Amino acid sequence: MSLLTLRQLSYRWPGSERTLSVPALTLAAGERAMLRGSSGSGKSTLLNLISGVLKPDSGSLTLAGEALTTLSAGKRDRLRAETMGIVFQQFNLLPYLSVRQNILLPLKFAPGRRAKVVEPEIEVRRLLDAMELDAGILDRPVTALSVGQQQRVAVARALIGAPALILADEPTSALDPSARDHFMDLLAKQCHQTGSALLLVSHDPALARVVERQYQLQLHDSGSEVLPC
Amino acid sequence: MLNLMLQSMRNRLTSVCLTLTVIALAVALFIGVELVRTQAKQSFANTLSGTDLVVGARSGNLNLLLYSVFRLGNATNNIGYDTYQRLAQTRGIDWTIPLALGDSHRGYRVIGTNLDYFRHYQFGQRQSLHFAQGDPFDDLFEVVLGAEVARTLGYQLGDALTLSHGAGGSTSFVHHDEMPFTVVGILSPTGTPVDRSLHVSLEAIEAIHAGWQGGARVHGVNADEINQYDLTPKTITAFLVGLKSKFQLLNVQRAINTERSEPLSAVLPGMALAELWALLGQAEKALAIVSAFVVAVGLTGMLTTLLASLGERRREMAILRAMGAGPRHVFMLLWAEAALLALFGTLLGYLLAQGVILALAPLALAQYGLVLTPSLPTGTVAWMMLGVQLTGSLAGVLPAWRAYRHTLADGLTQRL
Repeated sequence: MSLLTLRQLSYRWPGSERTLSVPALTLAAGERAMLRGSSGSGKSTLLNLISGVLKPDSGSLTLAGEALTTLSAGKRDRLRAETMGIVFQQFNLLPYLSVRQNILLPLKFAPGRRAKVVEPEIEVRRLLDAMELDAGILDRPVTALSVGQQQRVAVARALIGAPALILADEPTSALDPSARDHFMDLLAKQCHQTGSALLLVSHDPALARVVERQYQLQLHDSGSEVLPC
Repeated sequence: MLNLMLQSMRNRLTSVCLTLTVIALAVALFIGVELVRTQAKQSFANTLSGTDLVVGARSGNLNLLLYSVFRLGNATNNIGYDTYQRLAQTRGIDWTIPLALGDSHRGYRVIGTNLDYFRHYQFGQRQSLHFAQGDPFDDLFEVVLGAEVARTLGYQLGDALTLSHGAGGSTSFVHHDEMPFTVVGILSPTGTPVDRSLHVSLEAIEAIHAGWQGGARVHGVNADEINQYDLTPKTITAFLVGLKSKFQLLNVQRAINTERSEPLSAVLPGMALAELWALLGQAEKALAIVSAFVVAVGLTGMLTTLLASLGERRREMAILRAMGAGPRHVFMLLWAEAALLALFGTLLGYLLAQGVILALAPLALAQYGLVLTPSLPTGTVAWMMLGVQLTGSLAGVLPAWRAYRHTLADGLTQRL
C-alpha cells in the first residue's frame, strides 16, 4: 500500500500568482524516490507541504493513512514527529546538545517512536556503527565534528525509532563527490534495513542511482509542476 | 522541553549571565533605594520622640520645627527666660528642655541648654541619649559633642575648641576665641540632628556674649573676668515640653498660644513632622520613579538580548520544527526563557541587596545610627519583585510571538 499520496495538489505562494501543483505523486512503503528540481523551483515548499508545515490550497495529501489536509496544525506536527525523519542539507544538529542527545531528540516529540526504542543507548550505538561513525564521538559537542560526520549523525537521528519516511533535502550538497557517493549508499542501505521509505529532494542527478522512482519539478510561467520522469 | 531550554541557555551562557546581571542589579538597586527611602522616612519620623509640644516665638509650624528640632534656618524671635520659667510651671507640664540657638562651631550648630536635655530628650522609639564617652557638662566652659561632630572633626575628650557667633557655619567671621571650651562628653550616634550638634549650658551662651550688645561685640571679655558678670540667661530660642498626661495637651497648648507677655507658638511635633514630610515626599516619589525606571531598563535589556538572539536561533527553531515541535512549543520555549530569566534575576537581585545590606550594616550603625537588617521581601519590595516577574513574563511574549511568526513563515526552511 502507498505510504504517501498526493493528488491534484495545488499551493499558491502567498503574495504571488504562481502556484505549485502536483497532479500525482505516490510513494510506497519502503520505496525510494527522488524529486529533481533546480533551485527556486519549489522544492522546499513541497517539503513543507509533505511534512505538514504548510497546508495546500486544494487537492489531497495522504500520509500513513491520514488525510493531512483535514488534520489540525497540532495533529500534523504530531504526525510529522511520528512518521518522518528529516535530513537537511546542513546544520542539522543542535549545537548545544551532544551527539547522543541530538540523536535521541526526535523521541522527545514522538511517543510512538520512543516506545519502539527499548534500549536507547544500544540503539544509538547501533545507528552510529551502521553509519560508520566511531562511538567515541557520542559525548562530543557536535561543533567538533566534520560536515560529513554531522550529516551522518543527522541520518542516524532521522532513523531512530524507525519512522516510515525519511525526507532528505539536498543531503549531500555540503559533501565532496567521493564522500557523497558513499554517504548515499549508506543512507539507502539503512533506509532499506529499517524499512523506511526515502524521499530525496535534490538537483544532483548523481543521486538518482540509489532510487527506484523519479519525479521532476518543472518550471512554468504560472509556477511549477511535479511530473514523473 | 525544559531540559532543552536549559541546555540552549547554557550554550548562550555569556548573554544569559549578562541579562541576569542586568536584571539583578536593577532589582538590587530598587531594593536599595526602597530601603534608603523607608529608612529616611523612618529616621525622619524618629528625629524626636516623647516630646508633646515644641514652643518658640510665634511663627509657622514648619519654621519652628526646622530650627528647634532639625537645627536648620533661624528663629524669628527669642523667648524671654522669665516667660519660659513661668510657663514651665504650667499645670500638666512634666518637664521642659530650653534651647538657645545662634552660635556654631565649624558649621555645626551649638545648642545652649541645661541638664534636662540629657535627661528628657528622646528620639526613635522613645530612646534616650547615651554617652559614648564622658559625662554631661557641669562647668561653664564645658561642651558635649554629638557623635558626628566628634567623628568628623576628630575631637577627643579633653580637647579644647572655640565657638563662633552666628549659625552661618564655617563662614562665620566672628569668633568667641577668648573663651575656649573643653570637651567633656561625646554622645552615641542617634541618626538625628543631635549627632550634628554641640551642647553647652545656657550660662555658657550668656558668657560668650558678655560684653556684647545688639548682636555685636562692644568690648572684649576674657574667661577670667567672666565671674564679674551675671550669667543668668536672659532669653532662649525655643523649648520642648513633655506632659504628665496627653489629656492636658490642648489645655497647655492653649495656655502657651494665648500667653500675653509675648506672642508664642506651641506646635505638636508629630503634626509638624507630617507636614514637613508631605513636602519632602516629592523627593521620595522621585526616588521611587527613578528606581522603577531602573527596573524597566533591566527588563528592556532582557528583551533586547532575547530579540537579538532570535535571528541566530531561527535555524534551531527549524530543526525543532522538523522533529515535530509545533509553533506552540517554540513560543513556550522563548516565553519560558524570559520568565525564567526574570525569576532568577529577581531572586539574584534580592540576594545581592541583602548581602550588601548585611555587609554595610555595621558601618551604617556606627556612622549614622541607622539599623539595617536583611529582611524578607514585604510591602513595596514584594510587590516590585512580583511586578518584575509579571512584566518580565509579559515582555517575554514579544520575542516568543516573533519566534512563533518566524516558525510559521520559515517552516523547515533554514534561514541563515
